[in-house]
Amino acid sequence: MQRLLKNRELLLALIILVMIGGFATRAAGFAAPANLANIFNDTSILIILALGQMTVILTKSIDLSVAANLAFTGMAVAMLDAAYPGLPLALLIVLAVVIGAALGAINGFLVWLLQIPPIVVTLGTLTIYRGMAFVLSGGGWVNAHQMTPDFLNLPRLPVLGLPILSWLAIAIVLAMWFVLMRTPFGRSAYASGGNPTAAVYAGIDVGRARFLAFVLSGALAGLSGYLWVSRYAVAYVDIAAGFELDTVAACVIGGISIAGGIGTVIGTVLGALFLGVIKNALPVIGISPFAQMAISGVVIILAVVFNARAEKKKGRIILRERAAKEKLA
Amino acid sequence: MSTATTGETATRRQIPDRLGTPFTRLLASWEVLLFCVAVAIFIANSLASPYFLNAWNLSDATFNFTEKALIAFAMALLIIAGEIDLSVAAIIALASTAMGAAAQTGLGTPGLVAIGIGTGLACGAFNGVLVAGLKLPSIVVTIGTMSLFRGISYIVLGDQAYGKYPADFAWFGQGYVAWVFSFEFVLFLVMAAVFGVLLHRTNFGRQVYVIGNNPLAARFSGIPVERVKFILFLLTGLMSGIAAVCLTSRLGSTRPSIAQGWELEVVTMVVLGGVSILGGAGTIAGVVIAAFVMGLVTFGLGLLNVPGIVMSIFIGLLLIVTIALPIIARRIKHARKA
Repeated sequence: MQRLLKNRELLLALIILVMIGGFATRAAGFAAPANLANIFNDTSILIILALGQMTVILTKSIDLSVAANLAFTGMAVAMLDAAYPGLPLALLIVLAVVIGAALGAINGFLVWLLQIPPIVVTLGTLTIYRGMAFVLSGGGWVNAHQMTPDFLNLPRLPVLGLPILSWLAIAIVLAMWFVLMRTPFGRSAYASGGNPTAAVYAGIDVGRARFLAFVLSGALAGLSGYLWVSRYAVAYVDIAAGFELDTVAACVIGGISIAGGIGTVIGTVLGALFLGVIKNALPVIGISPFAQMAISGVVIILAVVFNARAEKKKGRIILRERAAKEKLA
Repeated sequence: MSTATTGETATRRQIPDRLGTPFTRLLASWEVLLFCVAVAIFIANSLASPYFLNAWNLSDATFNFTEKALIAFAMALLIIAGEIDLSVAAIIALASTAMGAAAQTGLGTPGLVAIGIGTGLACGAFNGVLVAGLKLPSIVVTIGTMSLFRGISYIVLGDQAYGKYPADFAWFGQGYVAWVFSFEFVLFLVMAAVFGVLLHRTNFGRQVYVIGNNPLAARFSGIPVERVKFILFLLTGLMSGIAAVCLTSRLGSTRPSIAQGWELEVVTMVVLGGVSILGGAGTIAGVVIAAFVMGLVTFGLGLLNVPGIVMSIFIGLLLIVTIALPIIARRIKHARKA
């Protein structure tokens, strides 16, 4: 029983269920399956982005440029679709992933080869990427009537009762679980964050793991760029402004240690759903949507306090650190 | 910052057999290099625009950076000590909102200033308790408080704005002490001197360096690490409060989106000034010159009609390039030796 209570994911899942139950007493339809499916669909993009963010945080880095990456990529594919309606949708989606991955690779390159702290790199690229979105669009908008119907409708198409957007999120959750738990890259991501020195001794290229994590995060951000633009049927420079904080919040709430190496895919998904439930409940229980930012802030702070208590103590370093440092540098 | 980056990035310091003469060391310093850049930008600006070389124009240009520089001084100490505060812009928003709310009730200027500075101190203390008291990583904590502080402004204001500030309140942001020297610019110079003395001439300043270089050694030498960090967060909150008074007074109104994105520009200014993002090194003189460089760049681009968001690309590039250049230079130097 005690071990069950200490299981963070279970606890978080219970909290979410209690929240849904509580909101349902105020608004009858809130816990209805259709509404829950709706909330999941609404949170899908956050889940996808948070999983990328999680991989980066696992390697002891942080990617603050995801939302700017999303804005630039979304703008790029929307403008392409508006200018050349004949382009096949599959090509545009592949392009979104590639552009996103390329922007992520720039972050990863600076972190890996130049050893610049990730927070500085991504603070810089966050403004650069969003500035590039402005330069690309000239500050203009791409509206729904300029985009092709296929481009707009794909995420909404229902398959077996759920929209494709939801299925995509589910597929990415499963894929990320596989990547992180069952591939050498996933294990090296955990190792490089958990104990970089030990990782080097185990023959893991920590810098490369970080680089790949940034590429992955960028690719997911690029895909989300297409999803965001088609879901909200508009592209402009400021889309998803500040959304990078929500992805970090989802990770922190889900029990991902900001110091790296600790966290699970299911935790991140639950962290994102936690935010999604709150976001969807605010209008239902009559709280101004303007309160959402402050609530996110409080939840992030509480989650950090909670995480700090849960994190286990660091192991003792037995081997000399020096050789590992030389390897890292 | 400290928890995330120590352990692997702290490189061993090499002690040379012979120190260079004070003069050669001065020539090779980051501050002198930056000063040359500032002079070059100044000359380029005066060639590019005929309106640049004018005492009043230059005085106007200082408003571009004085408020951010006030925060940058405190942020420099914080970063040297191995921490960071990303909530400074949100503190401005909250302090400005508090002043706006008080102004609607008809409170006079001294009361408004007290509320602005008080809010800043309270926010700084809140960050300080979380980071120094509960020993939480400052990056995430201040991302959280950034969301919280600005979020409170959004709850209070929504899509509204506060105006109706008393007429004499405008002096802080728009008044002149003498000739072309604005109150903000004089405050900037005074604070530069105060922080310069604090960092370079007091025990407290030495403790800040020691903590940034090696928190463990600092604790073993009897430095109250947590208390110093708390004071630094308090100072950062104080300076953000003062910046909020200046900015609100200059704009004459408050929206929840006030000073959006300033945390980035403040950090850029500090890092551009030669302060190591890993902690332990940096000078106030560097930050002062960096403030001028950034002010001159944005003002010069403004005279050339470059839109604000494009300027932010330059700021972002400036941040990455100034950090990357010394690293690349060191690499090349190493490669030559080998």
